[in-house]
Amino acid sequence: MSRISQDNAVAGSRLTRALIYTVLIFFVIYYLLPLYVMVANSFKPLDEIRGGDLMALPNVWTLEPWRDAWSNAQIGVEATGLKPYFMNSFMIVIPAVTLSTIVGALNGYVLTKWQFKGHGTVFAMLLLSCFIPFQIVLIPAAKVLGFLGISGTIQGLILIHFVYGIGFSTLFFRNYYAAFPTELIRAAQIDGASFMQIFMRILLPSSGPIIVVTVIWQFTNQWNDFLFGASFSGFDSTPMTVALNNLVNSSTGVKEYNVHFAGAIMAALPTLFVYIVSGRYFVRGLMAGAVKG
Amino acid sequence: MKFLIQRWIPRLVLAPSFLLVVLFVYGFILYTGYLSMTDSKMLPSYGWVGFENYSRLFGLRHWNTAVTNLAIFGILYIGISSALGLFLAILLDQKIRAEGFIRPIYLYPMALSFIVTGTAWKWFLDPGIGIENTMHAWGWASFHFDWIKNRDYAIYTVVMAAVWQSSGFVMAMFLAGLRGVDNEIIKAAQIDGASGVTIYRRIIIPMMRPVFLSAFVVLAHLAIKAYDLVIALTGGGPGRATELPATFMYSYTFTRNQMGVGASSAIIMLIMIFSIIVPYVYSELKSGDQQ
Repeated sequence: MSRISQDNAVAGSRLTRALIYTVLIFFVIYYLLPLYVMVANSFKPLDEIRGGDLMALPNVWTLEPWRDAWSNAQIGVEATGLKPYFMNSFMIVIPAVTLSTIVGALNGYVLTKWQFKGHGTVFAMLLLSCFIPFQIVLIPAAKVLGFLGISGTIQGLILIHFVYGIGFSTLFFRNYYAAFPTELIRAAQIDGASFMQIFMRILLPSSGPIIVVTVIWQFTNQWNDFLFGASFSGFDSTPMTVALNNLVNSSTGVKEYNVHFAGAIMAALPTLFVYIVSGRYFVRGLMAGAVKG
Repeated sequence: MKFLIQRWIPRLVLAPSFLLVVLFVYGFILYTGYLSMTDSKMLPSYGWVGFENYSRLFGLRHWNTAVTNLAIFGILYIGISSALGLFLAILLDQKIRAEGFIRPIYLYPMALSFIVTGTAWKWFLDPGIGIENTMHAWGWASFHFDWIKNRDYAIYTVVMAAVWQSSGFVMAMFLAGLRGVDNEIIKAAQIDGASGVTIYRRIIIPMMRPVFLSAFVVLAHLAIKAYDLVIALTGGGPGRATELPATFMYSYTFTRNQMGVGASSAIIMLIMIFSIIVPYVYSELKSGDQQ
């Protein structure tokens, strides 16, 4: 990705290069503009937004919209702000990401180093499960959650995110471990190391990068999930994305655009933070989801 | 004894995942498939009606709107994202000094939730407070842009927001592809006197075929699944102008109490996605075995 030493460049005049830079900067503005609009208007009093010019910086800077979005805004029945929903999302996502990453690592290990008859079919089934439209599972999943007595709970959403995260986690680890020298494993086996010992002492210590990729991928997807949250969450398990949508699209009362923008940034912050801190791994995950690693 | 245990441990480790996926994915698909042939309304019920739900589905104006919208949305979204992605990747590949600064900016929307993107674009495109209002404030009094409120054009605003979100990612895929092109081929073409544009048009872009394919598969599957963005941006409206199969399925199943029809629409969505994904995954797995 980052090899700059390539020589595909079109040898061009100064004018061409100036043109290239102009276009590139134009698109920098294009991609940043919506974010800028959100940030700038989240610090404006409401009448300033209504008065015009969404592009302008605030005349009067105020933290009120942020305070409102976090702890006062009316979402659903109660005026709790987004805070409890923000917490819900973390309480759903952290266990689900942890579980699906651990299980994915073990699956990848088995599917590459302990192959058995039919391992290809098992992998193909796991792989295909990554791409199903989740609409296809909504009705039976609601039934099963009800049967287990966890419909509308945090636990229910953890289970759902965990199960539908297994496919991608397995895919990532399987492709990563496939490149790991099998001779090392055979040697350890001959020395009497057990299945778990080999995993813990040999594979796991060198799995850092793929763990990061998987955690980021799962975190981003699960944090940003809306469909499962909208379908399966209850009164006190609603995740952030669903709460934000309720806030923005509630038909009652005055539309507080500045509060909506502040709320939208809050919902975006965790994944944006992850992206800024470890963008390289984020991209790698995206690519591995699309192209074979 | 120990040998036997060692032999079975791997399968035991894999078994829970396998069973979960068999139940929660394949079992659920079969169950939804079965429901699509029953008279289920508000709750699942098991009166067999054969393909009646499907014939009702295809007769519904609402469904035809959703499918037409998916076609418009899918073609424009895939086409524009790929073209823009390739274009930006080629520009960024011209030894741009600020690449490390520009690339992450192009890509960050992919980290956002579609609900966030939808919220931002909803107000940005809103004639009341958004771009139209801003242009008026800047003195361009005749500026008019109300597509998001217009039945005939609202679907294009969904395309705009979706392209904004995904085109940077497509750019990254193409950039990775461009960086993998063998220098020798390009040098040879340059010696033959080919111009930069010709090299790209005749040599490099044709070599990007696998990337085009990957981008197509990823974008097509995102398009068919598209749900959150429409909900946040337009809520399927105005009227039903931006309904897609995903929003259709949800509203027929959970708010209109026509679960049988909802289930049949989910099956159609699955067929659409699998007809793209299955051949792709199959060829990927096959080429992987040969390596």
